Amino acid sequence: MDDRGTQLAKQIADMQEEEAVKLAREMLDSGYDPVELLRHCREAMELVGKRYEEGEYFLPELMLAGEMLKAIGDMAKPLIKQDTSSSKIAGTVVLGTVEGDLHDIGKNIVTFMLEINGFRVIDLGIDVPIATFVESIKEHQPQVVGLSGFLTLAFDAMKKTVGAIEDAGLRKNIKIMIGGGQVDETIRNYTGADAFGLNAMEAVSLCKRWVPA
Amino acid sequence: MSVGSQATAASALYEQRQRRLMDAIELREPDRLPTIRFSHFWVAHYSGMTCREAMYDYERLAAAIRKAVIDLEPDAFQPVHASVAFGPTMDILDYKQLEWPGHKGLSDNVPFQYLDAQYMTSDEYEEYILDPTGFMLHKYMPRVAGALEPLSQLPMYPGVLHTRIIQSMETYAQPEVRRALETLIRAGEEMQKMRSVQSRMFQELKDLGFPLAAYGTSHAPFDVAADYLRGSKGAMLDLFRNKDKMLNLMERLTTLIPQAGIASVKAAGGNMIFIPLHWGLDGFMSPKQFTTFFWPQFQKVLLTLIEAGIYPHVLWEGDCTSRLEVIKDVPAGKCVYFFERTNMFKAKEALHDTVCIRGNVPASMLIAGTPNEVREYCKKLFDIVGAGGGFILDAGVGIPDEAKPENVLAMYEFAKQCVY
Repeated sequence: MDDRGTQLAKQIADMQEEEAVKLAREMLDSGYDPVELLRHCREAMELVGKRYEEGEYFLPELMLAGEMLKAIGDMAKPLIKQDTSSSKIAGTVVLGTVEGDLHDIGKNIVTFMLEINGFRVIDLGIDVPIATFVESIKEHQPQVVGLSGFLTLAFDAMKKTVGAIEDAGLRKNIKIMIGGGQVDETIRNYTGADAFGLNAMEAVSLCKRWVPA
Repeated sequence: MSVGSQATAASALYEQRQRRLMDAIELREPDRLPTIRFSHFWVAHYSGMTCREAMYDYERLAAAIRKAVIDLEPDAFQPVHASVAFGPTMDILDYKQLEWPGHKGLSDNVPFQYLDAQYMTSDEYEEYILDPTGFMLHKYMPRVAGALEPLSQLPMYPGVLHTRIIQSMETYAQPEVRRALETLIRAGEEMQKMRSVQSRMFQELKDLGFPLAAYGTSHAPFDVAADYLRGSKGAMLDLFRNKDKMLNLMERLTTLIPQAGIASVKAAGGNMIFIPLHWGLDGFMSPKQFTTFFWPQFQKVLLTLIEAGIYPHVLWEGDCTSRLEVIKDVPAGKCVYFFERTNMFKAKEALHDTVCIRGNVPASMLIAGTPNEVREYCKKLFDIVGAGGGFILDAGVGIPDEAKPENVLAMYEFAKQCVY
C-alpha cells in the first residue's frame, strides 16, 4: 500500500496544485522512485479525464491538471536513469489547426485528452500547410488524422487537406476527423472527412472506436 | 417619383423597419419577421474584394456594404468598417494584438485573427485594479503597439502635482515620446478618414431607409479579463490560483465596461449596442464557474446599459443551451440574445417572455448548403421561434465570410414572406 502515491494522485485529481507539487517534491527528495511517482500522476490524469468526460470538470481543470503534470514531470524526469516511458501506445494521431487558422485552444485540449488516453499525438501546431500534414502522415504512419479549425475559412482548408491526403495515396489507411466550433455533418460531408466532433471527448471516442485496443 | 417623394418614401421605410425591429425586441408581433445584416468579410467577398482590400480601402468597402444592404434589404445592419477597416492604422501603430491579411504570414484573403497571449501578468492585478487608466496608458498600450512603447515614460500624475505638473511638460518633448505622440496624431487622422467614409455611407443608407443595428460594442467582464488581459491560459489558471484577485478585477470591470459602452452609443446618437461573448458557452466553464465568474458580473453590465436606455444585442457564441435558465434573469423586452448553436427551440421555451431571440442559420448551411435548405431552416425558425414575435432572423454568428450569395439572398428574401 503506497499512501503517499495515492495521496499525490488524489491531490492532483482534486486540483490541489500547491499541495500536490509540494508533496511530489518531498517524495523525490526522500528518494521516492520517480518512475513510480509518474505512474501515480498518470492515474490522476485518467481520473481528471474521466471527470471531464462526466461533465464534472471543464477546460480550466484540464488546463490546471496539465500545469501540475508539467511541473511534477520537470522535477521527476531528470531523476529517471533509463528510459522506461515506453508504455503501450494505443495508437498514433497526427493533429493540427489547418492552414490560415491560428486558433489552438480546442486543438490543445484534444491533444491533452488523447495523450491521457494513451495515444501518441503528433501535434503540428497552428496554420499548418497542407504539405506538412501529408509529410507527417508519411513519416509517422498514424491511424487517425485530426484537422482542427475555429474559423469558417477552415472548411476549405480542411477539404483541400483531405484532398491532398487522398492524392498522395494515403487516404485508405487512415481515418480523418475534423473539429472546431462551427463544424457539423454538412461540413463533414463537404470536406470528405470520416467524422466530426464538437469537443475533446468526441475526439477520444472516435479514436478509440477507430483504433481498438 | 420626384426627389421629395422618394425621400418621404425612404423615410417611411426607415420608420417601418425600425418599428419592426423594436416590436420584436419588445416582444410584440411585428408586421413581418425582421432581419439584421451582420458580417465581417462577406460583404467584401460579395463585391469581389479580398480581406486585405476590405481592411485597407475604405471607399471600396463602403460601396460593397451599400451593395449588400441594397440587395438584401435587411431591417437593420451592423457596421463593417468599425470591425475590419483598420489596416492602415495598425500599420502606423505597429499593432501587435492581431495578425491580419498580407501582414507577416497571412495571405490576402484570410480574415484578421486575434493573438491570444498574456497582456497583463498575474502580478499586475492590484496595479490594474488601483489605477486602470494608468495601467492601460503606461503598460498596456506599449505592449500592444510598438509605436506606443514610449508612453511608458509618461508622468505618473496622481503623484505629480502643483508646479511639478508644469515641470512634467518636458517629458512630452523627449524625442521618443514626441515620436509616439506624433504617431498617435497620424493614427488619429487615419481613423478620422475611415470614420468619415463610414458616416457618409451610414447617411446614404439612412436616406434609402436602412437603420443601424449597433452604435457601439461592449464586453463581458470575464471576456475582458481572459481575452484582453490575462490570456486564455492565464485566466483559466487564475480561477484556481488567483481567484480573489480575479473577482476583484471583474468587480472593477463591471463598472468600467458599461461606462465606455454608454459613452460610445450616446456619442453616436443611437440606442443599441453589440456584445459578442467568448467564454460564456457550454463546455468552457462549469455551471458553478459560470455563476461565479461570468454571469453575475455580466448581468450587472447588461442592467447598467439597459438603465441607460440602451438595448444590448448579446452574441452568445457556441452552444449555450445549458445556460438558458440562468441567463433569462434580465428585464423583459430590453435585450436581444443572438445565438449561434444554442438549441433555438429550448431558447424560445425558456426566454419567450423575457428576451428577443436572434439567429441562427448555420454557417455550414450558408457555405455548403442550398437555397432550399436555407428556406426550410428559416421556415422552421419562423414557425416555432418566431411564434408570437420576439424573434429576429440572422445567420449563426452573422453571415460567414465564405457564404454563397444565393444562400444569403434566399435567407433575406424568405424573411419578407414571413408575415404575422
